[in-house]
Amino acid sequence: MFENYSDSSVYLAIVLAPLIGSIIAGIFNTYISRAVAHTVTIAGVGLSFILAVFVFKYFAFDDAQVYNETVYTWLVSDGIRFEIGFLVDNLTSMMLLVVSFVSLMVHLYTIGYMQEDPGYKRFFSYISLFTFSMYMLVMSNNFLQLFFGWEAVGLVSYLLIGFYYQKESAIFANMKAFLVNRVGDFGFILGIAAVLMVFNTLDYADVFSMANSKADLMIEIIPGSQWSMMTLMCILLFIGAMGKSAQVPLHVWLPDSMEGPTPISALIHAATMVTAGIFMVTRMSPLFELSETALSFIMVIGAITALFMGFLGVIQNDIKRVVAYSTLSQLGYMTVALGASAYSAAVFHLMTHAFFKALLFLAAGSVIIGMHHVQDIRQMGGLKKYMPITYWTSLLGTLALIGFPGFSGFFSKDSIIEAVHASHLVGSDFAYYAVLAGVFITALYSLRLFFIVFHGRERMDQHTKAHLKESPWVVTVPLVLLAIPSVIIGGMTISSVLYGDYFSNVVFVQHGHDVLGHLKEEYHGPMAMVLHGVTSAPFFLMVAGIATAWVLYMKRPEWPAKIKNSFGLIYDILDNKYGFDAFNEKVIAGGTRGIGHVLSKFGDIMIIDGFVVNGSAKSVAWFSSIIRQVQTGYLYHYAFAMILGLIGLLALAVF
Amino acid sequence: MFSNLPLLSLVIWTPIIGGMLVLATGSKNSIEAKVLSLLVSLVTLALSIPLYTQFDSSLASMQFEELIPWITTFHINYHIGIDGISMPLIVLTTFISVIVIIAGWEVISYKTAQYMAAFLILEGLMIGTFAAMDAMLFYVFWEALLIPMFVIIGIWGGPNRVYATIKFFLYTFLGSVLMLISLLYLYMHAADVNGVGTFNIQDLHKLPLALNAQILIFLSFLLAFAVKVPMWPVHTWLPDAHVEAPTGGSVVLAAIMLKLGGYGFVRFSLPITPDASMTLDWLVILLSLIAIVYIGFVALVQADMKKLIAYSSISHMGFVTLGFFLLWKITDNTGSASGAVLGLEGAMVQMISHGFISAAMFLSVGVLYDRMHSRMIKDYGGVVNTMPAFASFAVFFAMANAGLPGTSGFVGEFMVIMAAFKANFWYAFLAAITLILGAAYTLWMIKRVVFGAIANEQVEHLEDMSGREFFMMLLLALAVLAIGLYPAPLLDVMHATIDNLVAHISVSKIP
Repeated sequence: MFENYSDSSVYLAIVLAPLIGSIIAGIFNTYISRAVAHTVTIAGVGLSFILAVFVFKYFAFDDAQVYNETVYTWLVSDGIRFEIGFLVDNLTSMMLLVVSFVSLMVHLYTIGYMQEDPGYKRFFSYISLFTFSMYMLVMSNNFLQLFFGWEAVGLVSYLLIGFYYQKESAIFANMKAFLVNRVGDFGFILGIAAVLMVFNTLDYADVFSMANSKADLMIEIIPGSQWSMMTLMCILLFIGAMGKSAQVPLHVWLPDSMEGPTPISALIHAATMVTAGIFMVTRMSPLFELSETALSFIMVIGAITALFMGFLGVIQNDIKRVVAYSTLSQLGYMTVALGASAYSAAVFHLMTHAFFKALLFLAAGSVIIGMHHVQDIRQMGGLKKYMPITYWTSLLGTLALIGFPGFSGFFSKDSIIEAVHASHLVGSDFAYYAVLAGVFITALYSLRLFFIVFHGRERMDQHTKAHLKESPWVVTVPLVLLAIPSVIIGGMTISSVLYGDYFSNVVFVQHGHDVLGHLKEEYHGPMAMVLHGVTSAPFFLMVAGIATAWVLYMKRPEWPAKIKNSFGLIYDILDNKYGFDAFNEKVIAGGTRGIGHVLSKFGDIMIIDGFVVNGSAKSVAWFSSIIRQVQTGYLYHYAFAMILGLIGLLALAVF
Repeated sequence: MFSNLPLLSLVIWTPIIGGMLVLATGSKNSIEAKVLSLLVSLVTLALSIPLYTQFDSSLASMQFEELIPWITTFHINYHIGIDGISMPLIVLTTFISVIVIIAGWEVISYKTAQYMAAFLILEGLMIGTFAAMDAMLFYVFWEALLIPMFVIIGIWGGPNRVYATIKFFLYTFLGSVLMLISLLYLYMHAADVNGVGTFNIQDLHKLPLALNAQILIFLSFLLAFAVKVPMWPVHTWLPDAHVEAPTGGSVVLAAIMLKLGGYGFVRFSLPITPDASMTLDWLVILLSLIAIVYIGFVALVQADMKKLIAYSSISHMGFVTLGFFLLWKITDNTGSASGAVLGLEGAMVQMISHGFISAAMFLSVGVLYDRMHSRMIKDYGGVVNTMPAFASFAVFFAMANAGLPGTSGFVGEFMVIMAAFKANFWYAFLAAITLILGAAYTLWMIKRVVFGAIANEQVEHLEDMSGREFFMMLLLALAVLAIGLYPAPLLDVMHATIDNLVAHISVSKIP
């Protein structure tokens, strides 16, 4: 069908199809019907999905050549060409497939989820615009366009979190999301500036080919102390990833982003946008490999996120927030993998996670539809019999999330744990125990949610109960279609993606960091991995987590309240999310406003205007009021002054 | 066919003479005045287009040059011409002037003809300032344009307009007087060196100067231009002027008049006193960084939308002055001048981009003010519910103001940050803080004004934009997008001139 993949038209079509859909649905909003809006956007994303399948096949099976071409030159200055261009290789083609598939599912699902919403067309326009932006991000062949896509997905995320713009909590959350991301972007743009300073180009291929020769550069940030340029560059770039991929302490925006409609929580805040940081670091592996300090930093940040955000999932009562904290924790796993130089494992988990987390979010959305937009799990229970498709797909998603042997998540998460175990970098011991403990926590909060929502006593009111029914087909079909890869994609692809040569042309790993190469020696296929998996520590921790959840929420539902009372302090810490929000609101936001007031009141109004400007005006006025005394208008005063002057002059002449 | 026309003079004098004609229509038939004004501004815009299309971007020298002796005793000439620095600014001026005429269309009912005439005359004077190749001619235009601006704020301004106009006038006048003294000194000095005095700016570029003389001249130029830009700490006239000015006045002030200061640095300070610029670059860089960060904080806490945008302008103009003076620090740090052009061109793009974005921001406030007669953020809330089309534009321009990639606001900031990193990590660090602060003050304002539930009865009865308002917003949005997505054509016209400038200022002028 598309024989010539070195032709840019295929890639342009992938990118532009959703953009055109978005423009039609957005700009001609008032002139078109709802059906037209969802048809053009779904057609656009559908087309790009089909093309992405072909591209993926071409790269995965037909041994394709890497496509790296310029689309147009954005600007030239100082001899540096800043370009817009596409780099399509095995990593890109996989990302394209994941993004287009999840996006298509979400588009379909939205028809059902948003059917009563007055912003229906606007919503379709936004999610197609998001898809376009995400394509630009993953297809970029340079840092500039990466930043374009990076900020563009941030913009759409801003628009979508604040989709219900009358809700105070939503418009607070979207501003918070944008600003926290901007903190990350602050680091990111400095990282890009460092790249430009060192390499004098922003083109990936050129930068990576020169990377080794620049490994020993130093920079003097504080006079007298030399820093490794690579470490500085990588940490700055990673700060960007910390914002986008919600790593501690820049994670605070993600739970609040749940104010947006559920389909975008699935698409943007679980499956795709938040993984941009993971993608970026993987893309930059030739740079990150040159700084063990940066890798250790990444690993520790990831481990903290993986474990401590998992704890928070255990006490949440909003169905979407539980899944959101789970996303944070899973992003932490991916980040840990990056730090351990197991880039392939990070992307592998990114892919499996995209499917099962999108599934879990959409299933949560299906529950929310059934519950008439109630999101508090304490008002749910026993939904299994009312919503069988949602129930079974959720079960599959949950098993994938907790890494039940044989499911997708098992292969990716187990590989990360093993990879960290094999790493020798500073911080890898801490990271290993953190991700190991995380397995227990993941199982605990996932099954807690599952049991409370689908089993046990039916706690909803009579009215809700009377109307409880399975969601329409536009909702359940995406659930089923996402459940399939959630179960099988891991086992199907691990041999090639993780232990084969799928990423051999993309990811660069220093020999001393090659943990996956080490694991490969003990890898004997997915079946053997499953068999080994059921005898390993993570498996027992997972079973323990399931058992704990079962006891606490099925067998002895009165126990959680007792535990909560006896560990009041720990509960309070968790309930306040370790105090990050309070700190940011009081110290960071409050401090910033305080500085603003001080500078405005004292700097501008008092000192510059009050003292200098109006002060000099006043002193001129005062001085002239004195001088004015001399101008009396009496002739004899002037005559007297003349005589004095004359005497003075005479005195000068004489002496 | 028209190659013999004095095109540049036409662009300068069409609006001035047109403005006189508008005045002559008297104040009775305001519709005639308006139509005539629009026509004049459109003709001027049309005349300025060949300046771009026929501009030879491979040349660093002046183009469209015209020279007529004026005051021969002092070798003062009517000498005009444009290069890659002034041409984009002139086209920006003619474009914004059309917008300003449209913006005043239904809003100004008091002395409409005089209002329109003032803007047209101002337009011509500003173009003259950008085009002047003779320092005295430059000075005449530079001072003359204070008069229409003074009148615009003084007559059509807000309640506190007298304080604002006096402050505006004294501030700018104080700066320019010292500039005049420097120009006179240069004339005399040229007479000493060459036997004949000159006000020709390009000859002054070549004039050898001792370092201490350069430093004094540099400082007097700095004061003149710093007030116009405005740079911290001589910025406090701007928020007051903006608050009192009518919408059109704010638009011209922010979009074009501030650029005169930036233009002065590249036309006078850098090439005439390169050694002093090298000696004192730290001072300009310091003041620029203070402007970016300090003013960013101040903008955050403003309660008045116009003040907020005015402070935002000062902060954004900090990038302009920062970008201009990076050459020597880059050379010190990296051993090569690579990156200096990036900084200078980034600063130029920032000026053009800020012209469009600040114009749009002030127009947005104008759209709201015309309906509610308040600029206070607290009087608004939930405007999106009743004015969805306006809200879309407001969010778009807010994002552009916050430097979102894909809009013109990103291009200049990006280039300057890239260049600043080469000079010193901390320059880039402080400049990049604008990514956070700029987004914070802009989006917080948007949150409080545009989003949310309908705040009060007045907001509930707001009507969305008229066709006229929609049209001018659309024009500006297209310009912002065009430069953001494809800035190459804008930069291509600058390369030769900027390369030449960098080569010139890299060589010492000390005899």
